[in-house]
Amino acid sequence: MTLSTLWVLAEPAGETFTSTSLELLSHARTLAADVAAITWGAGGSLAAVAGEYGATTLYDVGDLQGALPGVPVAAAIAALVAAGAPADILIPASYDGRDVAGRLSARLDRPVLTNVTGLSDDGGLVTEHPVFGGSLTVKAKFTAEGPGIFVIRAKSFPVDASGGAPANVVAAPAGDTGATGTARIETSHVEERSGPKLEDATVVVSGGRGLGEAGAYSMIEEIAKLLHGAAGASRAIVDAGWVPYSHQVGQTGKTVKPLVYVACGISGATQHMVGMKGSKNIVAINKDADAPIFQIADLGIVGDVHKVLPALIDALKARA
Amino acid sequence: MNIVVCVKQIPDPAAPQSFDSSNNLNRSGKLILDEADTYGVEMALQLADKAGGGDVTVVSMGSGADVAGLRNALAMGATKAVIVSDDSLRGSDALSTAKVLAKVIAREPFDLVLAATESSDGYTGTTPVQLAELLGLPSITFAKAVSIEGGGVKVSRQTEEGYDEVTAPLPAVVTVTAGVVEPRYASFKGIMAAKSKPLEVLSVADLGLEGHVGAVGAREEIVAVVAAETRQAGEKYVDEGDGAEKVVAFLESIKVL
Repeated sequence: MTLSTLWVLAEPAGETFTSTSLELLSHARTLAADVAAITWGAGGSLAAVAGEYGATTLYDVGDLQGALPGVPVAAAIAALVAAGAPADILIPASYDGRDVAGRLSARLDRPVLTNVTGLSDDGGLVTEHPVFGGSLTVKAKFTAEGPGIFVIRAKSFPVDASGGAPANVVAAPAGDTGATGTARIETSHVEERSGPKLEDATVVVSGGRGLGEAGAYSMIEEIAKLLHGAAGASRAIVDAGWVPYSHQVGQTGKTVKPLVYVACGISGATQHMVGMKGSKNIVAINKDADAPIFQIADLGIVGDVHKVLPALIDALKARA
Repeated sequence: MNIVVCVKQIPDPAAPQSFDSSNNLNRSGKLILDEADTYGVEMALQLADKAGGGDVTVVSMGSGADVAGLRNALAMGATKAVIVSDDSLRGSDALSTAKVLAKVIAREPFDLVLAATESSDGYTGTTPVQLAELLGLPSITFAKAVSIEGGGVKVSRQTEEGYDEVTAPLPAVVTVTAGVVEPRYASFKGIMAAKSKPLEVLSVADLGLEGHVGAVGAREEIVAVVAAETRQAGEKYVDEGDGAEKVVAFLESIKVL
């Protein structure tokens, strides 16, 4: 263990931190002698959780008073770095995490490595990034003065509680962020969701262009519900406006690693494969026998989703 | 209302991709406008239209001389295009890209900068926010909807649970997710008109950034490119009315049912 200190951005999510934050805290502990978490808002009261996953210090940026987190949290981290820099900073690849990373990179004039799915210590951190649909892995490192900024994808590391004592909470105010910090959250809207979150589900059923039209996506949702799973989508139908971005699985969307992934009418573009090829089992239904998705499917059905899916819905209903 | 749209010309994602000898993405083939950027261009055209007019300027950076993707944006209706094109930009990282774009964008007054959430070749996804910081502006990322209200921008921003309504004063940087608007196809008239629209080509020296961008400015290096673990294909059946049964049997075998 050559690294002295790693800092991890720990995003608050109700009574705990987001699962990716916990994954990063768990992994950081295997790489560095000391781990500190950086949080804001409700996260400031999570000293016990931070300690449980291995952080000795919890830097609390405090109440953001409605500001989008990116600017104030990056400002607070920059101030902490000026007072004493860690070896590196690990940030979850999330909506707010990516904002923090971009802002911090420009503030510190340090590069950032994103889409990281593996991180090991070889006299300094070496990253892994899947490219070309996950067929190749690029390993990279920073060559200049630290701290390096790493943005890490969900599900890259297992969560492992250390059972540590509550972290020592240290206030880390953002200070004045001027014009950059003027983006304000006016209202928050929670969309109704039945069943598990896409990234936590043990079953993910996804639809793609092969569905033919937006209305056919309801079959995907129905099968997902019958299997107590979550409904996902390929980039093609998100781009087409059929389903919201939050459903997207792939390079530009979410990484999922369910017990089983059922790809319906998805050809298997490289951009999609990288987000789901870590699934334990893969079932593919597609009318094109040469679709790349079949190369990674444990069970491939060459057939029309408009015939197979209604039959599958009937079969699952009959068992319910 | 003057709007800048950051766009990228990329190798066709549908074509096989490879690295060159320096482990940069091989960009020697024909480059196209990143489809992810067409949403920003369309959004800019709609917002300028609603505001009663103004310039939509597309700004880009690249190491080659290709401008077909920019012509495509002009054919959609953008007013003008600026590209920083220079061999020394090869190997630039996201922060260097942001530095180049910031220099270009700061040359002229603007109200709003739009960009995609990430490019479809490099997927770094930090350039727009780095750009906002360098320009000293607020940013709102992952927009599902964008409107101009009372001298500011109002955005429905994607969140894990749904979306937030977020506001910021102008000028600001906003990144748009795909699918937010339906990008128009360039009409024949648009394609003809694009040929005579201003397209400015700048060098790194024009911006005074020599030695700060490209591989020199990246401060990161690829130490290895290795084959990833592969998955083996399993059983494949042609559906003969029994496809659903086979799926059910498989789900039973892994105890999902």
